[in-house]
Amino acid sequence: MTVDAIIVGSGPGGATAADILTRSGWTVTIIEKGRNHLIDPHDPSKLSEDYSNDEIKFLHRHFLGPDPLIEPRTFRISEDDGERSYVGAVNSIPSTVGGGGTHADGKVPRFRPEDFRLRSTYGPVEDAAVDDWPVDYDELEPYYAEVERLVGVAGTAGANPYAAWRSGPYPMPSGAPMYGAVLSSAAAERQGLHPYPAPTAANSIVYDGRPACNNCGHCAYFGCPIHAKGDPVAMLQHALSTGRAELLSETFVSRLRTNGREATGVDVIGPDGATRTLGARYVVVAGGAIETPRLLLLSGIEHPLIGRHLMMHFQTMNVGILPERLHAHRGRSVTHVHDDCMLVDDDARAAARAAGLPWIRGGMVEHGGGGHPVMEAQFYPWGPSHKKLMAASPLRDRLWAFIMQGEDLPQPTNRVDLDPTIRDVRGFPVARITYRPHRHELVASAHHGPRHIDVLEDMGATWTATTTSPLVEGAVTTSPFGDNTNYRGLISAIPASRHVMGTTRMGSDPSSSVVDPYGRMHDLPNVVVADSSVFVTSAGYGPTLTLVALAARAAASLVR
Amino acid sequence: MPIWLNDDELRCLAAACERLIPSDETAGAVDAGVPDYIDGMLGAFLVDPPRIWAGGPTSGRFGGARGFATFHRLGPLDELAWRMRIEGSLGIPEREFNGPVVGWQEIYRQGLAALGPDFCDLKGEEQDARLQGEEGFTTLLYEHCCEGMYGAPEYGGNRGTVAWTAIDFLGDVQPRGFTDAEVSGP
Repeated sequence: MTVDAIIVGSGPGGATAADILTRSGWTVTIIEKGRNHLIDPHDPSKLSEDYSNDEIKFLHRHFLGPDPLIEPRTFRISEDDGERSYVGAVNSIPSTVGGGGTHADGKVPRFRPEDFRLRSTYGPVEDAAVDDWPVDYDELEPYYAEVERLVGVAGTAGANPYAAWRSGPYPMPSGAPMYGAVLSSAAAERQGLHPYPAPTAANSIVYDGRPACNNCGHCAYFGCPIHAKGDPVAMLQHALSTGRAELLSETFVSRLRTNGREATGVDVIGPDGATRTLGARYVVVAGGAIETPRLLLLSGIEHPLIGRHLMMHFQTMNVGILPERLHAHRGRSVTHVHDDCMLVDDDARAAARAAGLPWIRGGMVEHGGGGHPVMEAQFYPWGPSHKKLMAASPLRDRLWAFIMQGEDLPQPTNRVDLDPTIRDVRGFPVARITYRPHRHELVASAHHGPRHIDVLEDMGATWTATTTSPLVEGAVTTSPFGDNTNYRGLISAIPASRHVMGTTRMGSDPSSSVVDPYGRMHDLPNVVVADSSVFVTSAGYGPTLTLVALAARAAASLVR
Repeated sequence: MPIWLNDDELRCLAAACERLIPSDETAGAVDAGVPDYIDGMLGAFLVDPPRIWAGGPTSGRFGGARGFATFHRLGPLDELAWRMRIEGSLGIPEREFNGPVVGWQEIYRQGLAALGPDFCDLKGEEQDARLQGEEGFTTLLYEHCCEGMYGAPEYGGNRGTVAWTAIDFLGDVQPRGFTDAEVSGP
């Protein structure tokens, strides 16, 4: 049987494409390599009861996948490291029905007009492929508005003085601010910053048949037990409800089949281990910016830019310990952000010039609290001090953090390719990530970081520190708890950012881009990339809403 | 009664856990059941469904069904991954696609043996020195100790939520959640 479209990946991009296509009468097969803990594919009104407030399951036992033992990735900073320097978990966005939407805490900001026009606004940067996008904000705005309604976004229009224009209000009002964010927003305003309620894909009211968030506090890294997060469960529900979508989980797409001019279908390996071929008129690839290029490379599709220009946000973390308890385990994981560090103002220009760069841009800064108790406990040294630290809770209940998701410039040497030796459980080469930040990111981080230390001190912090991910030379790694402090994966050359972008960049010129302005591959026009692989630059905002808007636009272009 | 370790190993494990998270005015690792958590993890496949992932969506502690008490069924690849992690690859070809994997069972058996047959009888400082001497094992043991201490009680540790109570943490709060006032106020 040949369906209208096979959609590879059930995360926000794939689910959105499925919603738009089925609404227009197309038949689709959504293929997901991970397990289905989200939705009954035969009765999509039934959402699963598998998610829970269980730190062991979600943070320490890979419930949402991928399990790095059977689906590892490899990492190296550059070719100087040899074939690889690490095998294991690298940027483990969930591999499960719902993809990255299941574990995200749902901050879904829009980009701003200049984010799509960096080259024409600010000019080129040496050793970076800073280009304009082939789509601009005004063209994307109706899609932003549509997907905010689909996902269900809570926000406060007008609260961010730097926000782009919008054609209407947010579908829902903002939810309850965290106590710590009430304090940090006030301190940030005193320091001249402009915090605002983060646009969030968690219901603040009953929406689209799903309940309002009840503030359980197990949000980032957890699946929502009451399905108050909208991304992308709503779109999967819509698509499956049409009766025109089939969802195959635990099914791995190992290869796109092509006849040289276009794709004809895909080879899949099902839960029983058997391989079969499925036919389709179109193939929508939405595996994320690491698995999407991996699939194209596994399929033998040749374009010199596939996998190149991998971007992750360069994270600058300014943390402080406060005298009072902030109980960040209640409510959403982040409720406030500010955009001041996105601005290329006189100070930023001066810092750039001093470093020999034409300009620098930071990113959205999240106001956030501490994590969960097992994670906290593992940071402290063992022995008699352990329980005293847990009771005082400097790294959980009294911790406040400003995390900047810094713009990461596209570099052709940062890339995803196939590891020459390491295999996944099904015998296929795994994705190898080669990544080193550009000097721009380090300069922007050093420029924007310190002002947040001032904000933390204004809040009353008694101890502060700054660090980055990936770790760079000279970053602070001191601990107030002695040398036994176990920083685990947080401080490492491997970026902790879950935002990955750019590996099949879009453009009008087939020699400098992999896909066209609608996400279609220049060389195989019935293959459509519907995830953040198509991003030209990374902006300093979480990529989800923009990738979803682009997926909606790409799908709409197919059925037009 | 341990399910995977033998009695001597369990005694040694308990003594080691107690040095990592000692009891004082509140429960330490042993009182909280951490050795049982670790033993249950090493023997996860001795029960059906395996004790890897507790169910959802609620535990019953704040209302709702006692869903945590029923563990998830594993898919075929989940089972393969967790058997590799716990049992090791044991020379089985389908577990060695990237070479041999040493499992937690072997790491614990060797790590506890390396602490010495006299470990339980040593003074605290001497036990600490032995633990510091087996740094790799102690790092893994401490990670698991923290999981057992502060994870959900259905996994065998944090008995009666004793560790959550000590840190004034409610744990899994569905379906209660928190009110907006509890979120936004001091």
